[in-house]
Amino acid sequence: MNAQITRLFGVIVVLFALLIVWTTRWTVLDATALNNNPLNSRTLIAELKIKRGRILAANGEVLAKSVRKSGGEWGRAYPQGSLYAQTVGYWTGENGNAAGLEVSANKYLSVIQGGLNSVFGPLGGNQQVGDDVYTTLDPKAQQVARQELAGRAGSVVALDPRTGAVLAMYSNPTYNPNHPNAPCSNACQLTRATQGLYPPGSTFKIVTTTAAINTGKYNPNSIINGNSPLTVSGVPLENDLNQSFGPITFTKALTYSVNTVFAQVAQNVGRKTMTTYMKRFGFYSKPPIDLPSNELTASRPFDPNGKAYPPGSPNEDIGRIGFGQGGLLATPLQMAMVAAAVANGGTLMKPYLTDKVVNLEGQTVTTVQPTVYSHVMTQTTASEITQMMRDVVDEGTGTPAQLGNDIPFAGKTGTASIGPAGADETVPWFIGFAPANDPKVAVAVNIEKTVGGYGGQVAAPIAKDVVQTLLDEGK
Amino acid sequence: MFIQRENVLSNVSLTYGAIFLGLCLIAHICIRMTLPHADPYIFPLVALLASFGIVMVYRIDSTLARQQAQWFVLGLILFVLTIIFARDYRKLERYRYIIVAISLVLLVLPRVPGLGAQVNGAYLEIKVPGGLSFQPTEFSKIGLVIFLASYLRDTRQVMVLGARRVLGVTLPPLKHFGPVLVIWGLAMVALVLLSDIGSSLMFYGALLSMLYVATGRLSFVVIGLAAFALGTWFLGTHIPHVHARFEDWQHPFDPKLYNSALGTYQLANGLFAQAAGGFFGQGFGQAIITIPGTHSYLIPEAQTDMIYAVITNELGLFGAVAVLMAYLLFVFRGFKAATLSRDSFSTLLATGLSAVFALQVFVIVGGVTRVIPLTGVTLPFISYGGASIVANFVLVALLLLVSDRARRPGGR
Repeated sequence: MNAQITRLFGVIVVLFALLIVWTTRWTVLDATALNNNPLNSRTLIAELKIKRGRILAANGEVLAKSVRKSGGEWGRAYPQGSLYAQTVGYWTGENGNAAGLEVSANKYLSVIQGGLNSVFGPLGGNQQVGDDVYTTLDPKAQQVARQELAGRAGSVVALDPRTGAVLAMYSNPTYNPNHPNAPCSNACQLTRATQGLYPPGSTFKIVTTTAAINTGKYNPNSIINGNSPLTVSGVPLENDLNQSFGPITFTKALTYSVNTVFAQVAQNVGRKTMTTYMKRFGFYSKPPIDLPSNELTASRPFDPNGKAYPPGSPNEDIGRIGFGQGGLLATPLQMAMVAAAVANGGTLMKPYLTDKVVNLEGQTVTTVQPTVYSHVMTQTTASEITQMMRDVVDEGTGTPAQLGNDIPFAGKTGTASIGPAGADETVPWFIGFAPANDPKVAVAVNIEKTVGGYGGQVAAPIAKDVVQTLLDEGK
Repeated sequence: MFIQRENVLSNVSLTYGAIFLGLCLIAHICIRMTLPHADPYIFPLVALLASFGIVMVYRIDSTLARQQAQWFVLGLILFVLTIIFARDYRKLERYRYIIVAISLVLLVLPRVPGLGAQVNGAYLEIKVPGGLSFQPTEFSKIGLVIFLASYLRDTRQVMVLGARRVLGVTLPPLKHFGPVLVIWGLAMVALVLLSDIGSSLMFYGALLSMLYVATGRLSFVVIGLAAFALGTWFLGTHIPHVHARFEDWQHPFDPKLYNSALGTYQLANGLFAQAAGGFFGQGFGQAIITIPGTHSYLIPEAQTDMIYAVITNELGLFGAVAVLMAYLLFVFRGFKAATLSRDSFSTLLATGLSAVFALQVFVIVGGVTRVIPLTGVTLPFISYGGASIVANFVLVALLLLVSDRARRPGGR
């Protein structure tokens, strides 16, 4: 009978081998899929036991921290309240109930220790602590942005054009991340800077100008007919106050924001080239910033029914798109990126909020390296456009943005029409960068809705104060 | 760095383990004195598993661990009593029909109204006054193995000699094969009555193992397996609750099944727990068993059916394989005792006990790891469960008795 017993043991060994194979399957081979299974609440519960790292401003001010709750779990507190709600976001520990950097920087904030350390760690009394995330945000600029918006719905975005670091990002209305589930009106949890879509109006003329000059079709001194009205796509187009400028230079057309000129330029440059340049500036893609994907929206033209046109669609009104209307919608961050690209000699850097990750021992674990998003235009084009934008602030529509102390400011105003015809509702805009001869800050400001407000009067002063603050901070 | 309260508790649970390791050491010394020739590996392996088990149960629920500790002591007492009173275990043969009768009664006891309790759709437990529950099947498995060892010892020769070939297949004589068919029938009835695929697989697997070892005829095993497969298929497609178990097994992540009562919540969360374990686990005492802030279980039946998932979660693939290896080593020593035995009854008894033990491990671990449908048998010596601990100690006592006789110099 012994031969049979040996064979029987062989069968038992095979059965046990099956158990080991299957255990390996769940613990190793399929582990990632199981951990990400929507039915699996384990990872989320485990995170409650981790003391998440803090989120800090560039100067070390605490924006989010962990506080102990009953039962050995941790909750979150936001000492700055609503000031950073749209960037830092919130975290509740419930599935899908979180936003902002709390989501996108989660892998740093909730480092789950694994490997051999986990076998011996817990008996030694280690508690799990996540890493701290330092952001690029400047608290002073944030406060100034809030103060200058003065309760009006709108956004302020400031970037360092040389790196893409986000120096300030604030929108109204906002919410208190300490009570994220509290009811609020006017879509207060919408991250307007990255997902609010507005017609960019004349600020978009920078994109048209870039396409025109970088392709060699125009130069700043090209003479163009500035008469009003002009028929565009079969519909008459008038300049502001139906003013006719006669033949004027391209520079003058930008300085005084002559719509009829830019409609002609955009039509001449053509749909295909315009689309190419828009893509280089970041249009048609979600903003490449480190925020959760569901808080980002791509800027692009939409048809009258609100459906996005495919890139370069023959149905879009390229003439009106040329001066930022015609169904074109853009986020404030997108327009800040337009200014930043010109400021950085034609090279657009990827915007980012996470500066570095520091562990419990104070060692820097990760430092975010600036990365190039695209090469939009040549350096020559960039400096020509910079000069044109300086004229806007020096003598054109953007004079209220002038900084003191002879610091040159290059900018562009925008006053986009919204609402029913004749209602005179506008979105005032201002985008720009300073110092124009050595750009350190690029900015975009808009106000969601005014009646008859102009970009130069309403948005430019806000941009001026935010830029002044950042320059004073030594940025 | 400070030591958290939970970690103090887990240190206490280690102390628990140490005390029981000490008890086992005393028992081991007793065995060396009373059964000097018995296999020296079997008891230490059992002690290791049982002490590990009590630490795990303590870590899950300290109240249950105290009960388990009492069962553990009772098991050790029964273990010693078995060694003393069944010293000549071959006398058990005389009572084989009584033993099998009691075993069968125990098997169906959970189905008796007012006595049985339905757990997760299966009838495996009886309620004992005092709020305890008891799985009588744990004892049935030993009784059935004793009966079969004795019965097959008598009939194995005739089964082989009287076999006929029908259509190229060797069939055993019906007269002697009858009781084997009866057990097949009982396994099927158990499957329906107790609605437990795992238990019937365990019993029937042990039967086939012993039949094969006794006769050496692979054809009997093939026929037996075919009959079992046919029966399972029929019942799986015609009995709703057995069918439901198969469905759960096939589609553990189906959201509808996951959210339904007696659905796949337990199985799926067991798999999630294992996935979180990875290679080395999340660390001892770190498994999340209840949903924080509530009393609802993330791993239902963590202390019994799902304990393997908890082990894998805390100690990883590494720890789980170590536990499986300890079981395999135990089974190996059991089979070793069987091969060394000098009479057929002893050989078959040791084979049967080892096989049924191995199959029990396979059934529950296979259920938790989704090799087979999940059923409610215990992980021997590790799971919480009075009957399981006590019965398995008796099983070990019998194995040691067989081993001692087999290895005694000069025989007799």
